[in-house]
Amino acid sequence: MAQHADAAAPARVSGLSRDPLSGIERQKLEHSLRRPRTFVNALLSSVVASMTLLALVPLFSVLWMLIGRGAKRLSLEVFTQTPPAPLEAGGGFGNAIVGTLVMVGLAALITVPVGVLTAVFLSQAEPEDRLAHVVRFAAKVLTGFPSILAGVFAYGAVVLSTGKFSAVAGAVALSILMLPTITLTAEDALRMVPTKMREAAIGMGATSTQTAWFVLLPTALPGIATGIMLALARAAGETAPLLFTALFSHYWIASQGQLDLLQPTASLAVLIYNFAAVPFDNQLELAWAAALVLVLLVLVVNLIGQALAVRRVE
Amino acid sequence: MPHAVAISSASARDPFALGHRGGLAKPPSALQRWLDRGFRWLCRGFGWASVFGVGYIVLEIAYKANPAMSRLGVGFLTGSTWDPNREQYAILPEIWGTLYTSALALIVGTLFGVSVALFLAEGFLGDALLSVIKRSSLRASPFWLRVPELAERVLRNLIELLAAIPSVVYGLWGIFVVIPLLREPCAWLHEQFGFLRLFSTPLSGPGVLPAVLVLSIMLLPTITALSRDALVAVPSKLRMAAYGMGATRWETIIAVNLPTAARGIFGAVVLAFGRALGETMALAMLVGNANRITLSLFSPANTLSALLANSFPEAGPQEVSVLMYAALVLLGITLAVNVLGSAILARAARATEGLN
Repeated sequence: MAQHADAAAPARVSGLSRDPLSGIERQKLEHSLRRPRTFVNALLSSVVASMTLLALVPLFSVLWMLIGRGAKRLSLEVFTQTPPAPLEAGGGFGNAIVGTLVMVGLAALITVPVGVLTAVFLSQAEPEDRLAHVVRFAAKVLTGFPSILAGVFAYGAVVLSTGKFSAVAGAVALSILMLPTITLTAEDALRMVPTKMREAAIGMGATSTQTAWFVLLPTALPGIATGIMLALARAAGETAPLLFTALFSHYWIASQGQLDLLQPTASLAVLIYNFAAVPFDNQLELAWAAALVLVLLVLVVNLIGQALAVRRVE
Repeated sequence: MPHAVAISSASARDPFALGHRGGLAKPPSALQRWLDRGFRWLCRGFGWASVFGVGYIVLEIAYKANPAMSRLGVGFLTGSTWDPNREQYAILPEIWGTLYTSALALIVGTLFGVSVALFLAEGFLGDALLSVIKRSSLRASPFWLRVPELAERVLRNLIELLAAIPSVVYGLWGIFVVIPLLREPCAWLHEQFGFLRLFSTPLSGPGVLPAVLVLSIMLLPTITALSRDALVAVPSKLRMAAYGMGATRWETIIAVNLPTAARGIFGAVVLAFGRALGETMALAMLVGNANRITLSLFSPANTLSALLANSFPEAGPQEVSVLMYAALVLLGITLAVNVLGSAILARAARATEGLN
């Protein structure tokens, strides 16, 4: 770079009308690593490049282990059986998959209406509305809320008052973690609806409710759905809030053939945690297989969310 | 929105409005007006509900912690015994472990996170690929000229993928990959440099170092994404001015880009610190759950979140109250750090706004 400047100087003196670089033969420009400035430049570039490569090593190592150790155990049996007792062969984690889906779904039932309607309020609020500022602040605080504390709260509020660990308690804990993501992304999506559409609706005499239901929400739907998907993906992978709210169970989440939400419930994440600390090969294999299933689940939900986001841009 | 109401009532009064003669547009009926008012109050109500929800969460934890707080007082924060049998509880080792592991993970995570952010934001990969392609015979085809951009996007997505992997999977990976990998180098370090406090104990499985390494991998995507935002927000005229004065790329980065983005990067680091303090699974699985205050990287330790995760499932009523107290301490620490981080990021965003 320094050489560029030096060599260009005489050309510039001779006249501005000419191309300032015309007198220079590019091949003759010296780009030598022996020059300290060039050397430092190249050195730092390669340091940053190798640190980026190094940062990707864990990712590939995790994926490698998941595929290497998890995939070989995957079979139909794994999806239909319940977890084995110690020293028992075979088994699976069908009940944990169902448990995860039920709890995440329940949490979404709680969170989606609250989050989206709060976002409607936020996006319609006047800029100087005090409440809107407080709500946004509360949502930001919840974004950084440690997931284990959501579990502590659900333990105090649900487990202690109902007297037992349950899927409901797990869902309450998860919903606390989902709420800020859904609210904040939905508000963003609603705000990205062009002002002229909003004004056109108002100009036709629509009330703000009609504007929200027939213009804002349908237009912002892909963005809102992206936020919901991201929140679902995060919730599906959470372990800490479920450890002592849903606890774990070796059985299906049902009693007498009926879905029972008020009993301890298995989840993929807690299964991985429990089986990782067990000295039995069968359980360890299942833990890796469950990890693979969990990662695939989270990735698929994430990808659906991103696909929706892309459609919104186009 | 008083706006809409004002307009529709004006049209109702206007004799020339079509709505008045039952034409194209009608003023809202009484039912619609009630629905409108009701829906607006509903939305506002949900706004209030989420604020009260946050307040309720904090108060619920504080309320359940109250018996322990009045019994144990401040001594809970300064003592170091945790013995449910003798009903002695104190969490200084856990507070120390939380801060120590988070700070170490933050150092590693920031080092790598900011490097990756620079690599992504300054287009190193794209430029390198482009110069290779331009020199080769591939430059004629339009597909190959799009490859650099594509490669950058893939790299960005790979880094984001790091954030998508659940923490319990990282914990599992830490147990089966990181700890076995660290055993030999750590044993060597302990033998050669055992006189240093950092290496004063041997690594016997779970410990501070594996936990810190895995934690830093989990922090990296946060730091990278937010730092990259800050670096991309540096106005390109500043960069161009530096290039125009003959500065090399790295002289520009060090003297212009990094200082301009410094506040945003700092905010990112503080937010990542908040995340590290609250992270549970990787620590519960890797830190070793030993109730001791240690500087050694290879010794097992404990953190507040790991204590909660391990003790809650089997806790009796009295211990639950004590654990709620510990949860309240963790809440206080993370809340303070998070509010600080958000404030710094908000100020950083305002500072670069003025430059554009």
